[in-house]
Amino acid sequence: MKSGKFWAWVVFGIGTAYFFIPLLATFEFSLRMRRGVHSFDAYQVVLGDPRFQATFLYSVVAAIFTIILGVLIVVPAAYWIRLRLPQIRPIVEFITLLPLVIPAIVIVFGYIRMYGSNSPLPFLASDLGASALLVIGYATLALPYMYRAVDTGLRTIDVRTLTEAAQILGAGWATIITRVILPNVLIAVLSGAFLTFAIVIGEFTIASLLNRPAFGPYLQNIGANRAYEPAALAIIAFAITWGCMSLIQILSRFAPKSANRPN
Amino acid sequence: MTDLSLSNQSVATKPVPPNAATAFRLPTQWIGVAPFFVFTLMFLIMPTLYLVIGAFQTGEGGFTLDNILQLVSDPSISNSYWVSIKISFWSAIVGAFAGLAIAVAIVRGGLPSWVRSATLTFSGVASNFAGLPLAFAFIATLGRVGIVTVLLRDIFNLNIYAMGFNFLTTWGLIVVYLFFQIPLMVVIIVPAIDGLKKEWNEAAATLGATQWQYWRMVVIPVLFPSFLGTVILLFANAFGAIATAYAFAGPQLNIVPIKLYSQINGDVLHNPQLGYAIAFGMIVITGLANVFYIWFRTRSERWLK
Repeated sequence: MKSGKFWAWVVFGIGTAYFFIPLLATFEFSLRMRRGVHSFDAYQVVLGDPRFQATFLYSVVAAIFTIILGVLIVVPAAYWIRLRLPQIRPIVEFITLLPLVIPAIVIVFGYIRMYGSNSPLPFLASDLGASALLVIGYATLALPYMYRAVDTGLRTIDVRTLTEAAQILGAGWATIITRVILPNVLIAVLSGAFLTFAIVIGEFTIASLLNRPAFGPYLQNIGANRAYEPAALAIIAFAITWGCMSLIQILSRFAPKSANRPN
Repeated sequence: MTDLSLSNQSVATKPVPPNAATAFRLPTQWIGVAPFFVFTLMFLIMPTLYLVIGAFQTGEGGFTLDNILQLVSDPSISNSYWVSIKISFWSAIVGAFAGLAIAVAIVRGGLPSWVRSATLTFSGVASNFAGLPLAFAFIATLGRVGIVTVLLRDIFNLNIYAMGFNFLTTWGLIVVYLFFQIPLMVVIIVPAIDGLKKEWNEAAATLGATQWQYWRMVVIPVLFPSFLGTVILLFANAFGAIATAYAFAGPQLNIVPIKLYSQINGDVLHNPQLGYAIAFGMIVITGLANVFYIWFRTRSERWLK
């Protein structure tokens, strides 16, 4: 078994090198903006750029609306399927996996053709409409992750008993969902939300084709025209992804325990 | 006649719920899932169907196979499919084997437990680190003035660009795509390796099997379906990716998603129906890949309960 351990270290070492050399190199490159010394100039330039602030803010707001829309669509559906309609679960699971099958660029192409200015539902005729369509597209992309997160969360609680108890106490459906079910799956919803956030923040294809002033198209523009700023932006993007994933890990420790998830 | 009266009787004796209640029950049964179905129908299924149907129509609305045939007959389009399939295929194969090696090393290699948890956390991050920032990172590393390029040139006197390295070649893109393919493989395959029961190894050892026989006759057959399934998922993952490649070359690079992107943005082919056909071709390829994925998945679940 000694040689097995040796090879395991070798594989791990090669893997670590492949993944860390580009990250370290990017970080080092991002510090080189001022000739001869290492400095955070590139970060200063990027963070001080009003277009960075505007596009980043736009994408953060889009991400928040995406999460709200995703929760409104997914939580009642996942809850209702567990409670009343288990027979349609396979259909719903199939639909939620479709965004992994149909590339994002195909989905947005369909939007442009179906919801153009001359269509019955002219989302693309106004700025607000186009931004709404962007949020809708993001919610579609996030559907597989959101549904799975919420469904896993619902598995850990006894949906039927909680609902019956709430009904006996006189609660209506709105109360049951907002004050009984949602708090119980809040941590699962949040982990889906952070993953959604990580996906939305740098997304390029949909934002660019719908012509939205989002962070992704800004990144593309900077990447094509500058040398050191893109490296700084890559490090910032990596840090954001890292932050979202760490939050999911931390949250999963607080998730409710049950017979299905003993640890 | 007697039948009729009997059935009438049974209806009469059965306590009939008040009409208002039946009318009320029906909608509540579906009201929770209604937003979901309306949303997915309007913003996922119908837009996709619109393109699929459009792929088989002429500009005037008649039925035609010309658009589909043009995918094959137009060399620039068929070539872009071919390049995309090649990149997706090799990045999936190489990514899968590299990811498998890392997964086996951290699960079975006797490494300290922090290595395992650190690798899994990092893989979760890196598998989501696609798109433009990934391209920027590689340009800073292996671009013409990238740090690794310069170090290789100055220290080892190796000019990788003179040796033919370029991000815009098939292998250049594969090297970059591996940055999100390998971690995705690790994330998906580690649970499958965890599912290999210790008892199987003990049973094999009791029967006198060598370690190599145990791997060849137990581990590989059990892992094979989930391995193959994940390869297919990686293929679909690479096939739809556009932002990373777009950052390297802009609209010139000849892979399918970029071809479609240029078509949507500027109607470069001067034929929207052909755009529908390109989109349809992408759906067919990723769709087929996923059919195989689901098939292998159900086969692997037999063992990994």
